[in-house]
Amino acid sequence: MSIGWFLAVSALIFIIGAAGLLTRRHPLMILLCLELMLNAGNLAIVAFARMHGAAEGHVFALVVMVVAAAEVAIGLGIVVALYRNRVAVDADELRELHG
Amino acid sequence: MSPTFTAWTVLALPLAGTILLALGGRGWRGVGAGIVGTATIALAFVFSVLTLIGLLDRDAEGGRQIASSLWTYASSGGVEVRMEILVDPLSVIMLLVVTGVSTLIHLYSLAYMRGDEGYPRFFAYLNFFVFSMLLLVLAGNFFLLIAGWAFVGAASYMLISYWYRRTTATAAGIKAFVINVVGDVGLVLGAILLLRHTGTVDFLETFAAAEDTFAGSGSGSEGSLTVALLLLMIGAFAKSAQLPLHTWLADAMEGPTPVSSLIHAATMVTAGVYLIARLNPLMELAPTAQVVGAVIGLLTLLVAGTIGLTQTDLKRVIAYSTMSQIGYMIMAVSAGAYVAGMFHLTTHAFFKAMLFMAAGSLIAAMAGEQSLDRMRGFRKAMPFTYGAFVIGGLALAGVPPFSGFFSKDEILAAMAGEGGWMWILVIGGYLGAFLTAIYTWRMIFRAFWGPPCPEAQELEDGRLYHAPDHRNPATGELEDTHVGFPGPEHHIAERALPMRIAMGGLAVLASVGGLLGIPKVLTPMEDFLLDPVFAERGLHHPSDTIIVVGMVVGTLIAVAGIYVAYVIWGRPAQEGRESTAISSGWQERFPRLHRLFVNKWWFDELIHATIVAPARWLGRFFHDTFDRLVVGAGLVGGTTGTVRGASALVRRMQSGYLRGYSAVLLAGLAAVLVYFLAQS
Repeated sequence: MSIGWFLAVSALIFIIGAAGLLTRRHPLMILLCLELMLNAGNLAIVAFARMHGAAEGHVFALVVMVVAAAEVAIGLGIVVALYRNRVAVDADELRELHG
Repeated sequence: MSPTFTAWTVLALPLAGTILLALGGRGWRGVGAGIVGTATIALAFVFSVLTLIGLLDRDAEGGRQIASSLWTYASSGGVEVRMEILVDPLSVIMLLVVTGVSTLIHLYSLAYMRGDEGYPRFFAYLNFFVFSMLLLVLAGNFFLLIAGWAFVGAASYMLISYWYRRTTATAAGIKAFVINVVGDVGLVLGAILLLRHTGTVDFLETFAAAEDTFAGSGSGSEGSLTVALLLLMIGAFAKSAQLPLHTWLADAMEGPTPVSSLIHAATMVTAGVYLIARLNPLMELAPTAQVVGAVIGLLTLLVAGTIGLTQTDLKRVIAYSTMSQIGYMIMAVSAGAYVAGMFHLTTHAFFKAMLFMAAGSLIAAMAGEQSLDRMRGFRKAMPFTYGAFVIGGLALAGVPPFSGFFSKDEILAAMAGEGGWMWILVIGGYLGAFLTAIYTWRMIFRAFWGPPCPEAQELEDGRLYHAPDHRNPATGELEDTHVGFPGPEHHIAERALPMRIAMGGLAVLASVGGLLGIPKVLTPMEDFLLDPVFAERGLHHPSDTIIVVGMVVGTLIAVAGIYVAYVIWGRPAQEGRESTAISSGWQERFPRLHRLFVNKWWFDELIHATIVAPARWLGRFFHDTFDRLVVGAGLVGGTTGTVRGASALVRRMQSGYLRGYSAVLLAGLAAVLVYFLAQS
C-alpha cells in the first residue's frame, strides 16, 4: 500500500478533530476532538516511520501518547472542577480572562 | 609611644564609643551608656595629653610637625589622597581643648540627661560629634578636613534636632544643616581651586608649594589664591556663625543644654577659627582675604553684641555672646594675630562651656523655662550656679585676672601694635568688649539679683519646682515627656555631683586659663605654637607701652560695662521707681534701635526675602509650569498614554473565546500549509 492512503486517513481524522474543536462547546467534546487530532498526527508519523524503516517515528508516537494521556488527565480534572462550580459547562462562557 | 600613634588612638576612641553605643541601642540600661560615653572621651583626653608630652619630647627645631598616613585612599591624575593626620602644636592644642571640654560636658550630661528616654542615643550622637571634631582638627589634608567638616555638621544637626518631636527643634536643625552645607560647598570649591594650582591636597605640601605657585608675579594665580581662600572662608563663616551665615546659631539653642555647651560654644563653632589658623601660610599671601575676614569678624562681634543686649531667652543671650566672641577670634586669626586667636579660642571654650552648664542648671530649676523675664533672685537658692555665672561673667567681660582678660587683650594689643587701618579693629573690639560686659552682667543681674521669683523661693525652701505641665519654652505648646521630647526629671547642677565636678573644673580653668599667655611674663602657648606652625608669620609683638595701656583700657572698659549693667538692672527697686525703669526708658527713647536689636537686625527676614522666598517662588513657578506641563503631562503622561492607547488596540483581540483562539490557530496552520504547497 502506498503511503498516500495512510496520509489521507490521517488528514481526514485531523480535519474531523479540527471541525469538532471549532464547533463543539462542551469541554469534554473539545478534549475528545483534541485527542483525535493528536492521533491523526501519530498515524502520519508511524506511517512515515514504516516507510523509512526507522525507529525514531515510533518513539515519537509513544511520546505523543504519553503527552496526550497527561493532557487528558489534567483536562478532565479541570472539567470536573468546572462542573462542580457551575453545573452547565460551556467553553464560550469561560471567558473571564478576555481583554 | 610616638605622638602619631597616640593621636590615632585619640581619633579611634570616640569612634569606638559611638559604634558601641549605637549598636547597644535600647539595650543600655540606667547610666551605662553615659558612663561608656564619658569613659571613652576621658581616655581620649589622656591620650591627647600623651600626644602633647610626646611632641614636647621632640626637637623644637622643626621636629614637631609630623604627618602620619595609614594608607593611600585614592590616587588619580597624579594626586595622592592619603588617610593622613597631621600632628603639630596647633592640632594638639585643639585636641586638648576638644577632648578636655568634651570629657567634662559628657560628665555633666551624665546627670543632666538622666531622665530622658533617648539617653543612649544622646551619648552615641555626642561621641560621634567628638570623633568628627577630632577628625577635623587632626586631618592632614583637605580631603579628611572636608570629611570631618561635614561629619561635624551632621552631628550638629542630629543633636539640635535631638528632641525630634519638637517641631521648633527639627526646624532649627534643618536650618543649621542647610547653612552649614552652604559653607561646605564653599570649602570644597576652595579646596578644589587650590588643588588645581598646587596639584596636591596635602596641607604641608600645599604650604610648601604655595610660595612658588602663588607669589610669582604676573602669573595671575594670586587672584586665584584670594578666591580660593574666600571660598574656604565661606566654610569657616558658616561653621563659626559669622555674618551673614550666623542665623542658625541662635536657633540651635533648641538642642539640649549640654549640646549648646559643647558644640555651639566650645568646639564646633571654633572650627572656622582653626581652619584660618591652619591655613596661615596661605593667608599671609592673600592680604585681601585677610582684610575680608577681619572686617567680617569685627562686624559680627558688634552686631551679635547689640543683639545680645536685648534678647530675653537666657540661652540665646549666651549664644549671641558666643557669636560675638568668635568674631574676635576670626578677626584675630584673619588679621594675623594667630596665637592670640587660638588663645582666645581656648579660654573661651572654658568659660563659655561653663556658662552654658550654669544656664542649664538655672533652666532646670525653672522647670524648662528659659525666659529672663521670669527669672529673678536665684542668688540665695543656687549659690554654686551663681558662683559659676560670676566667674564666667568676669572672664567673658574681661576682668583681670580671669582668663578672658588676657586672651582678649592679647588680640587687641596685637592689632594696636600693627597700627594703620587696624585701629578700626581695635576701636571696634573695645566697643564690643563694652557691650560684652553689659549684656553678660545684665543676664546675671536679672537672673540672680532682686527678690526671688516663685521658683527660686521653692528652691530656697528645699523643694524643686515642677511645672504643672511641660511646655516648649519657645512656643508655649504642650508637650509630653516621652521619647523625642525632654524627659520628665530636672537635675540641678548644684545637687548632682557629676555636674558639680564638671562646672567646678571649668570654673578653675576659666579662672586660671590666663596663665597660658601673660604677655612678657609667661607665654607657654605662644612658645609651643610658634616654631612649626606660625613661624615668623603674623603680626609682630606689640611694644610694652601698648600692652600696658591696652590692659588698663580693657580693665576700665570691662568694669565700666559691669557698672552700667548694675545701674540699669542690678540696683534694687526704690520708692517710686521700678527696677526696670532705665531700660524701659531707653527702649521708649530709641524705639527704632530697640526694634532693630530685638529683631536681630532683621537678618532672618533679609535672608528670607533675598534667598528663601525667591527660591521658593522659583520652585513653585517651575512646579506649576515645567514640572506640571512638560514633565507631568508631556513626558510621563505621553508615555503612559501611548502605551495605554496601543494596548487598547491589541486588547480587542483577546476575546476570551477558546474556539476563536483555536480558529485563528488552525487558520494560521492552514495558511502555512498552503504556502508550502504553493512553493513546491
